[in-house]
Amino acid sequence: MQTNKVIEIDHLSYDYPDGTPALRDIHLEVYEHESLAVLGPNGAGKSTLLYHLNGTLMGEGRVIILGIPVEKNNLKEIRRKVGLVFQSPEDQLFCPTVFDDVAFGPLNMGLDKESVQHRVEKALEMMGLKGFEGRSTYHLSEGEKKRVALATVLSMDSEILALDEPTDNLDPAGSRLLIERIQSIPQTKVIVTHHLPVAADLCERAVLLYGGRKIEDLPMRELLKDRVILERFGFDADYAQWMVERNVKFQRSEFPELRRVQD
Amino acid sequence: MKHAFLDHHSQTESPIHHLDARAKIIVFFTFILIGVSSPPASFLLFSLLAMALIGIALLARLPLGHLLKKVLVILPFLFVVTISIPFMKKDAIGGGYNLGLGGLSISQSGLWILWNVVIKSCLGVFSIILLSSTTSFPQLIKGMEKLGSPKIFTMLTSFMYRYSFILIDEMYRMKRARDSRCFGGRWFWQSKIIGHMIGTLFLRSFHRGERVYLAMLSRGYHGTMPETTGRRFGLEEMLFLSLSPFLLFLRIYIA
Repeated sequence: MQTNKVIEIDHLSYDYPDGTPALRDIHLEVYEHESLAVLGPNGAGKSTLLYHLNGTLMGEGRVIILGIPVEKNNLKEIRRKVGLVFQSPEDQLFCPTVFDDVAFGPLNMGLDKESVQHRVEKALEMMGLKGFEGRSTYHLSEGEKKRVALATVLSMDSEILALDEPTDNLDPAGSRLLIERIQSIPQTKVIVTHHLPVAADLCERAVLLYGGRKIEDLPMRELLKDRVILERFGFDADYAQWMVERNVKFQRSEFPELRRVQD
Repeated sequence: MKHAFLDHHSQTESPIHHLDARAKIIVFFTFILIGVSSPPASFLLFSLLAMALIGIALLARLPLGHLLKKVLVILPFLFVVTISIPFMKKDAIGGGYNLGLGGLSISQSGLWILWNVVIKSCLGVFSIILLSSTTSFPQLIKGMEKLGSPKIFTMLTSFMYRYSFILIDEMYRMKRARDSRCFGGRWFWQSKIIGHMIGTLFLRSFHRGERVYLAMLSRGYHGTMPETTGRRFGLEEMLFLSLSPFLLFLRIYIA
């Protein structure tokens, strides 16, 4: 059932400007409409890896997005294709009103005002934020900010979404709401998180990073059953087992291999 | 966290609130210009201006008490003018008071200056308060931009608006964290801690600036802020704008 490769990462290494190694020899392939979780402890290089997807950071090695190498000359095109949502909505949302923020990407793409308006409405509706256009970003709740942040890249209609800790700082209900909204997005998704339940609900495949290296790359159902890996990464293996039994994950079962797990 | 608003009442529903920001900016600035440029003795003009402003405030359904309270910001400036009056040029003595130290006299020209400052600053500040109470800050910035204000200026202002609250919140959080760890001690020690806090705040803002810039780049920013749509000038705006030439007429023929 292999579909198109949308992300190809080859021999990627990156050092922070102060010389601290952040990523070491990463190989990764992501396929169309796949949902990939990047898991790992703090400082494992998860976000750093994510920032390489749209050229925010550029290390040694190759990163190819939809057949286009991430290079200085291609950045404009790459950034249309990869929508990156930063961890803190305060960084992601820099305009005075919600409308301005969601319209920022499409306007930079040079779209005319009507299609910008249409895209903003559509993106806000997908995130359940109809009527928020004129609201000032500062006065939104954390959950609303997170959803507006997602809307700012949905409006760009990117083929790939790269989300950095999407449910960070949210209460359980807000987190659940956001997870449902993200599930409804059909694009290819790369989701960085350190919450196993979030990853299990959103992704069918997991990559585990540790100290800047890729340690594991396996289907989520296997990860949830693998007590050795889970405990090595500090995840609660009993809880993972319970999640497998309760069948809460993989609500989107268009992937045949996942359907088998649910049966 | 504390939620601060710069533009109180700007979300109220009223005919004035619905006007395009450009019309309001032009009219309120005409008020200020006319007020400031009139000679201090044009009492009739001043009272007409004041009545017009109060009329607009009522039309905009704003609580007058709140507006008047805000006008009090001019008090410190008035105070400076007032205490300097006895030292101004003495032509005709308008009055005086004796403190038992030889006495101070107040000149008539000094009193005129005081009146001049009081009435003009009151009218000016009242106009600005009306503008900011009837127009939300983002609209105000957009209006300025459409009126030809340099883009770099409006961009900086909108960033400042967006991030000043976050900075204030951050400051309060730091202050709370500091106080809950038994902050106290000698003045010298305190000043050192406050210095550290200012430094931390600066570093955090600096890094935030970097991250925001990255977020902008990620969404295709290439050096200029894109233009967004706004409302068009309609009949209401034209009617409101006609106040400006009318004020000019008053200024020329009454004052």
